[in-house]
Amino acid sequence: MQVAVDVPKCVASGQCVQIAPEVFDQRDDDGMVVLLDEAPPPAEHDSVHEAALVCPAAAFLVTA
Amino acid sequence: MKADVPVLSMTREPEAPLDPPSQYGGFRREAPITRISLGPGAPTAWLVTRWEDARAVLANPATSTDLSRPGYPSRTPMSMPPGFFLFQDNPIHDVFRKVLTREFMVKRIEALREATARIFDGLMDELVVHRPVADLVEAVALPLPSLVISELLGVPYEDHVFFQEHSKVLIDNTVTGAQKAAAQGALGDYLETLVERRRKEPRDDLITRLGQQVDAGTFTTRDAADVGAFLLFAGHETTANMIGLGVLALLEHPDQLPRLYAGKAELATAIEELLRYLTIAQSGLARVAIEDFTVDETTIQAGDGLIIMLNSANRDEAIFSATADELDLGRANARQHVAFGYGIHQCLGQPLARMELQVVLPELFRRLPNLRVADRQEVIYKPHAAAYGPALLPVTW
Ligand code: HEM
Ligand code: SF4
Repeated sequence: MQVAVDVPKCVASGQCVQIAPEVFDQRDDDGMVVLLDEAPPPAEHDSVHEAALVCPAAAFLVTA
Repeated sequence: MKADVPVLSMTREPEAPLDPPSQYGGFRREAPITRISLGPGAPTAWLVTRWEDARAVLANPATSTDLSRPGYPSRTPMSMPPGFFLFQDNPIHDVFRKVLTREFMVKRIEALREATARIFDGLMDELVVHRPVADLVEAVALPLPSLVISELLGVPYEDHVFFQEHSKVLIDNTVTGAQKAAAQGALGDYLETLVERRRKEPRDDLITRLGQQVDAGTFTTRDAADVGAFLLFAGHETTANMIGLGVLALLEHPDQLPRLYAGKAELATAIEELLRYLTIAQSGLARVAIEDFTVDETTIQAGDGLIIMLNSANRDEAIFSATADELDLGRANARQHVAFGYGIHQCLGQPLARMELQVVLPELFRRLPNLRVADRQEVIYKPHAAAYGPALLPVTW
């Protein structure tokens, strides 16, 4: 699985961080999304898919 | 005469006060995007009732939240100061939201968890003195979020009572318009003075950081005070309603209570399900189209108003299955609800609202395991408020 984030789209809802804290974080100065792991391990795949579904800004892309 | 346009009704079935009006389920199945009237003499608008369409419309940059635009679906046209940035489109919206996103970051809100638990404990210590009957709305649901917002803003402790008293008036339906305006004015003046004070004596709080934006020329002192007032407006009664309705829903499903204590993830899911099931934003979200666009094969024209009915979208069988109308605190996809909206205006305070509910609901039932609605007393709801919830919740324990 590959994850890419489009930071300017992020509205800092915090949803991805709460769902997959191993994969996503928020930048300290403005709360924008930070990708911690571009190729998360299988144990994280379900939460990454869920985070992609709920992100209000469609700010990240998940491929295979 | 425009015949055949149904009038949108917010009236719930008397025997199902926690469920949306049954009219919405019919629209969702038969006419998911349909013209409705907002009432006699009021404008018509598109009513959007499905989850997928709701998200598509709310994420569409061709929609606006600007109340003063012609076609905005409201019975009472008005305008809002820029600090009430929910009602601003971009680029102004982002100027305000971006200043605040840092404040509502998950890790910063987590740092308020202990203070929230302390505030809750204090309120409970006072509540239990009122045995045998207390109004949970007045005793806990309303004061808790306003005290937490005071903490977040950095309102000095000695002013909490002032802040609390005035914020209570703002959402009290029994006071006159003049009393409300007076409370609003007093709070606005108070916040303006506080911003000025923090510009001279900075502290580590939200008001200080708003003051720094004034220094930097991002906005005026008045704007900064308006932002403070808007946060109070957006986060006070909403959270209070969720606490009250959450308690009522849990009292109706005592078998599901153990899920609140099954672990952190289980508690988080349970709170998401309560947010979905109860969807307090009962009048839906209002938008006006600023360009033509198509949603689900329906063409919306520039100037058309739209009402996105969140409590219908959150009961959509297509996403929440045949059990959409049931409360299931273990629902795997509960978090896909749109109770906080969607798109660029999605609730900024959602990490705070979640944290407050995660603290209050389990602790309340832990401290008062026999909590129930008091015998021969009636729960009074707010059937016409934009945010649904109990006005009076007499409990005993
Ligand atoms: C359970 C409680 C809450 C619910 C159900 C709720 C719901 C919502 C909804 C549906 C919206 C979107 C409105 C729209 O798009 O038209 C919204 C926006 C907003 N909420 Fe909340 N809210 C809650 C608590 C809070 C709290 C505690 C705060 C902060 C103290 C807050 C601050 C805001 C702000 C600032 C916006 C505007 C965001 C923007 O326009 O970018 N809310 N809320
Ligand atoms: S869920 Fe989307 S909008 Fe929210 S913080 Fe993550 S990337 Fe940003």
